[in-house]
Amino acid sequence: MSAGVIERGTAASRIAGFGVAAIILLLAVAPQFLSAGAVDRMTALFIYVILAAMWNALAGFGGLVSVGQQVFFGLGAYFAIRLANAGLNPFVSLFVSAIIVGAVSWPISLFMLRLKNGEFAIGMWVIAALTHLLVNLDRLIQGETGTSLISLNVYDASMRRVTIYWLALGSMAALLAILFGLLRGSTGAAIRAIRDNEDAAASVGVRVTGTKRLLFVLAAFGIGVSGALWLATSITFQPKTYFSVQWTAYMIFMVLVGGIGTFEGAILGALIFFLIETWFGGAGVWYLIGLGATALVFSLLLPRGLWGTLEERFGWRLLPVGYRVRLAAAAVDPAGETASSAQTKTHREKA
Amino acid sequence: MNAMPNAAILNAAGIHKRFGALVVLDDIDFAMGADEAVGIVGPNGAGKTTLLSVLSGAYPPSAGTIAFKGDDVTALAATQRCRLGLVRTHQVPKPFSGMTTFENVFVAASHGAGLGRDEAYEEALGSLKLCGMLGVANRRAETLGLLDRKRLELARALAARPTLLLLDEIGGGLTDGEAGELVETIRELRRRKIGIVWIEHIVHILLQVAERLICMDAGKIIADGEPQAVMADPQVISAYLGGGPK
Repeated sequence: MSAGVIERGTAASRIAGFGVAAIILLLAVAPQFLSAGAVDRMTALFIYVILAAMWNALAGFGGLVSVGQQVFFGLGAYFAIRLANAGLNPFVSLFVSAIIVGAVSWPISLFMLRLKNGEFAIGMWVIAALTHLLVNLDRLIQGETGTSLISLNVYDASMRRVTIYWLALGSMAALLAILFGLLRGSTGAAIRAIRDNEDAAASVGVRVTGTKRLLFVLAAFGIGVSGALWLATSITFQPKTYFSVQWTAYMIFMVLVGGIGTFEGAILGALIFFLIETWFGGAGVWYLIGLGATALVFSLLLPRGLWGTLEERFGWRLLPVGYRVRLAAAAVDPAGETASSAQTKTHREKA
Repeated sequence: MNAMPNAAILNAAGIHKRFGALVVLDDIDFAMGADEAVGIVGPNGAGKTTLLSVLSGAYPPSAGTIAFKGDDVTALAATQRCRLGLVRTHQVPKPFSGMTTFENVFVAASHGAGLGRDEAYEEALGSLKLCGMLGVANRRAETLGLLDRKRLELARALAARPTLLLLDEIGGGLTDGEAGELVETIRELRRRKIGIVWIEHIVHILLQVAERLICMDAGKIIADGEPQAVMADPQVISAYLGGGPK
């Protein structure tokens, strides 16, 4: 018998898997019952979830804290404008644009990933500011005046609204699934190892740079999808709105409040942010002050965020990416030298 | 210097390492066979850990070449050297703090040894068992005490399936009983034909395993050979008791 069995999930997480599937199915049919305004709000929620999950993957799992992720949000919208202007179907443009954003992030990663910690964080902000200025130079964009995704206007408003809703829902579900698969696999273990100690990760055979690049490009792609979808919902493109650091501030808020480094935390954080915005978004400056104060309170009192605290206190794990060892009885016996003697490698992986 | 062993698994020649004007390794030649257990001693600042770092690929040498299993690995990074079977532990433990003990070791089995999922599980559990860490398998590494962190360094390096293991002061601060367990573990590795290079200040532990002893001082190898003879060497005695290198 082997010394132990590796468990990947819990009874709760198996139920949660079904729960997530059920929620996504419900959301898919929801537009039939929702008002036009509610459909738009839900689309925004899906975009927030993508943003939070991507920033969390980058910073919470990979240790790559960036305050310049708005560069990919802005580029996602910008390339969609450019592609649609070149005659591509506007809905198709949204996703082709995200692929281009992913492709652009590759050369950016070549030099940015040489930077560490704070240098990387601020360096990304510089990249975002530079990119913003370059986009302003494009005649089509007309500087800060901006432009619109005009070709989307040929579609009927309600059909357009629901299509974008479904595209956002589908993108969110697909990106969360990809991210979960990645973080749960052996690459995910390598990503967390790099976050905790890059030198030690290299010394046990982890390909540090390649793994970081994979994560960086995936996050750029996901945030590019978000930027393009945001453009589709709002039609207008003004560079300073899309390349604003507020987008990264929102991502950080959602992840810190929800629980950095837990898969559930980012989703919960997006939901909390969405509710706060829905209820207090009209309060102007006080809304922003409230957001800042909330982030401050959380980082002081609950540094692991809401989900991180719940997970610690109650052992809740709904979408776990880690590994638990359940020891065979003989293996914990101090004299249990026989525990690993047999060669039977019976592994039952519970998912 | 010793004659090169016939089947040298590791052969470092003319190794220099400078940090700015500071010369830390000064023309080191070191070769060892696949089945050897070599101890390295020397006063603080002799360059022992730096030598280990250069051998493992943590930093490149300023000059010199390193061959492992007959291939020149001087230009290879630590990741590649680990995958070839040249694996180190760290003097100051470097756990993956946010991950569990098991996950720490699993990373090495999965990436260092390149094993598939089930084999990596088996390898990780095996090396945890060998190092007596199964009981803390689910603890986050940041909650482990120093002793367990040192054990974790060893367990993690083992899970990468090394052919040559570079150990950096894994015995520091152990009680006699704990040191005895450690010696047993290292002897088990010897039975598995894993070559060992072991830096240790606690010489009496080292001598229970090492068949060959090297003494370093001020970036040079000042004695190399049969352990008792090295310990009796006048240069070694003067390096430890003062007087400095010649």
